[in-house]
Amino acid sequence: MSVGEYIRNSQIWKSIFRHPAPTDRRNRVVVMLTNFFLHLHPVSIKQQGIALSYTWCMGGITFFLFLVEALTGVLLMFYYRPTLEWAFYDIQALRDVQTLGIMREIHRWGAHAMVITVWLHMYRVFLTGSYKPPREFNWVVGVLLLVLTLLLSFTGYLLPWDQLAIWAITVGSNMARAHPFLGGEGPGFQILNMGGYDLITNASDAKFLLLGGRFVGEATLNRFYILHCVAIPIVVAGLIAIHFWRVRKDGGISQPL
Amino acid sequence: MNPHPDLTSSVLHGLGWFYLILFVMNLWWTARSYKLDGEFSKDTPILGGVPVATIWAVLSAILLMVSAAHFTGTSSPDTFLIRLPEWFKNPVDAFFADPKIYFAGSLVLFWAMIQFREWWIKDTVAWSLLQGSLIFLALSMSDYDFRQIVGKPDNVPIVAMLFIVSFLTWIYFRRACDNDRRIEEGRPLFEQENNEKVLVWPDLVYTELICMVLLTVVLVFWGIALKAPLEEPASSVKTPNPSKAPWYFLGLQEMLVYFDPWLAGVVLPGIILGGLMAIPYIDFNKTGNGYYVFKERAFAVTTFLFGFFPLWIALIVLGTFLRGPNWNFYGIYEVWDVHKVEAANNVNLSEFFWGFPGISAIYGGMPKGDAFLGSPVATMLLRESPGIVLIFLYFAVLPPILGLTVLRKYFVKMGIFRFLVFSNLALWMAVLPIKMVLRWAFSLKYIVGIPEWFFNI
Repeated sequence: MSVGEYIRNSQIWKSIFRHPAPTDRRNRVVVMLTNFFLHLHPVSIKQQGIALSYTWCMGGITFFLFLVEALTGVLLMFYYRPTLEWAFYDIQALRDVQTLGIMREIHRWGAHAMVITVWLHMYRVFLTGSYKPPREFNWVVGVLLLVLTLLLSFTGYLLPWDQLAIWAITVGSNMARAHPFLGGEGPGFQILNMGGYDLITNASDAKFLLLGGRFVGEATLNRFYILHCVAIPIVVAGLIAIHFWRVRKDGGISQPL
Repeated sequence: MNPHPDLTSSVLHGLGWFYLILFVMNLWWTARSYKLDGEFSKDTPILGGVPVATIWAVLSAILLMVSAAHFTGTSSPDTFLIRLPEWFKNPVDAFFADPKIYFAGSLVLFWAMIQFREWWIKDTVAWSLLQGSLIFLALSMSDYDFRQIVGKPDNVPIVAMLFIVSFLTWIYFRRACDNDRRIEEGRPLFEQENNEKVLVWPDLVYTELICMVLLTVVLVFWGIALKAPLEEPASSVKTPNPSKAPWYFLGLQEMLVYFDPWLAGVVLPGIILGGLMAIPYIDFNKTGNGYYVFKERAFAVTTFLFGFFPLWIALIVLGTFLRGPNWNFYGIYEVWDVHKVEAANNVNLSEFFWGFPGISAIYGGMPKGDAFLGSPVATMLLRESPGIVLIFLYFAVLPPILGLTVLRKYFVKMGIFRFLVFSNLALWMAVLPIKMVLRWAFSLKYIVGIPEWFFNI
């Protein structure tokens, strides 16, 4: 009996993996049905549906990048304090002295890559017409995930608290100020007024809600930190689960019907 | 000593490697061409009977020599000869450094991409285009200003994206044209041939594993090669010029040139997202589900590509690489001079209208104060009435007219509600190009300009 076989036949191994080694046809089916991580997949699949030149792999890559971002993000959270006093210097330390400082590079480049792969995934889904019935709703979920990916990237942009960060967020959040009805400099805010007092001012409008103040400041950093590390990832994780579940329920991955 | 040298030792060294990679790529291509492409026909003067691969062999040899020249020239970058000449750079900047020409150019490219799809999907053509753009990139890297903007770590993914998107678009058109032919000839689709079921273990899970490993390697090397940017600590009193949004929002920031923030930053993004979500519900075409095809879905694909290429990717490239201080437009080889002045003397539609000789003679020019009905609001609305009428015609009257005339086919298939949603989304999509053209042709600022209410269109 070889060592590999000995390990695979041990009680410990068998208690972890609920299936024998996938070496024959029967067990290759069993492994897909009984393994938690693999059960997202079906047991068998059409050959052309998984051809690389057909799927481009972009949805899977996006999901993998999301996991990379989550992992590196958690590691970065151990180092980083979201306060005006420390935010910049913690990032600087990640660059100059911390051992695993490259986590920040991987996190940032992974984020750029994820924005691109989400677009490319959507591009492929459009070009193969995979949004057509019965998959219409999953396309809508996909658009929501696209928006949330951009928002994740946008909220993360502020955290290094350097010039690049706050001015990019200032440019972006100036849009909120111009929100129709809800922005202090948007059309129609004058309508929302009570007994001659404006309800929407620069201390109560959409921009104020986003920034937690009139300008990008400490409250903004806190808000964006929570959004970036907790709030948006939770929503994204939920939507990803729905997205994958619907892929399976709506006829599997795209292929000629 | 020039503080902004076009070439330095490290640039030469990097370019040497770049040309060496190009050499290896073309060496492989030469071998491939030797096997597949055969010889020039006997009737071709001089080249008759010579393998086609000769051309690629010559290119490879040149690339190898260029690479060697770069490696050996690192000691004296100032006198190095292989660089873009000024007589090339200056006209390129002078001619292309203009949003009009840039946008028109992107439209022409878009049109050519679809019109000549059968031509550019050919292996040799696509390879030549790829090599051409890579060599152009390498030569341009010898320019200081080009390197400053394109070589910025945050901008590297955009350059990579351009190549990846082009490659994937090439794959799409290749497979789509193939399927178009198959449908015409009544043969089964490419996706339907050899389409037996296979087990996910091992056929898919191993692909996924390899993909994950490769991506991890790419990310780690990318992280080692390029440092994430970190500028000076944030300061709310020192505004950088230009202040740019994150790169993926630069298409939206570009719209700010033509629209007020409430439209460019809130309404139009909302419409883009709403429009994307609406796609499956307004596309009534049942064909083209699960395979690449062009002719069966020509309208849908063209519309989507129009939104993706000229209106999204091209604007991101414009915003990232070509917008400089004061949001002025700069050529790719041009210095970002803060003092560059561009005359902006834009006029509202109302000023055009009331200043028109005939109208001005009858009504005595633009209505002011409370001249109309003794009410400032009524006067304001009268002042802006030409624009308001135009907007109303565009969004409320034009869709039914289109539905009864040129788009009758769609109207009949879609039903009234679906058609109105579709036509309004299509009209919204045209809003940006229309405003651009109006701005360039007539220096038009606002179609409706009511700054009192922040309501400017």
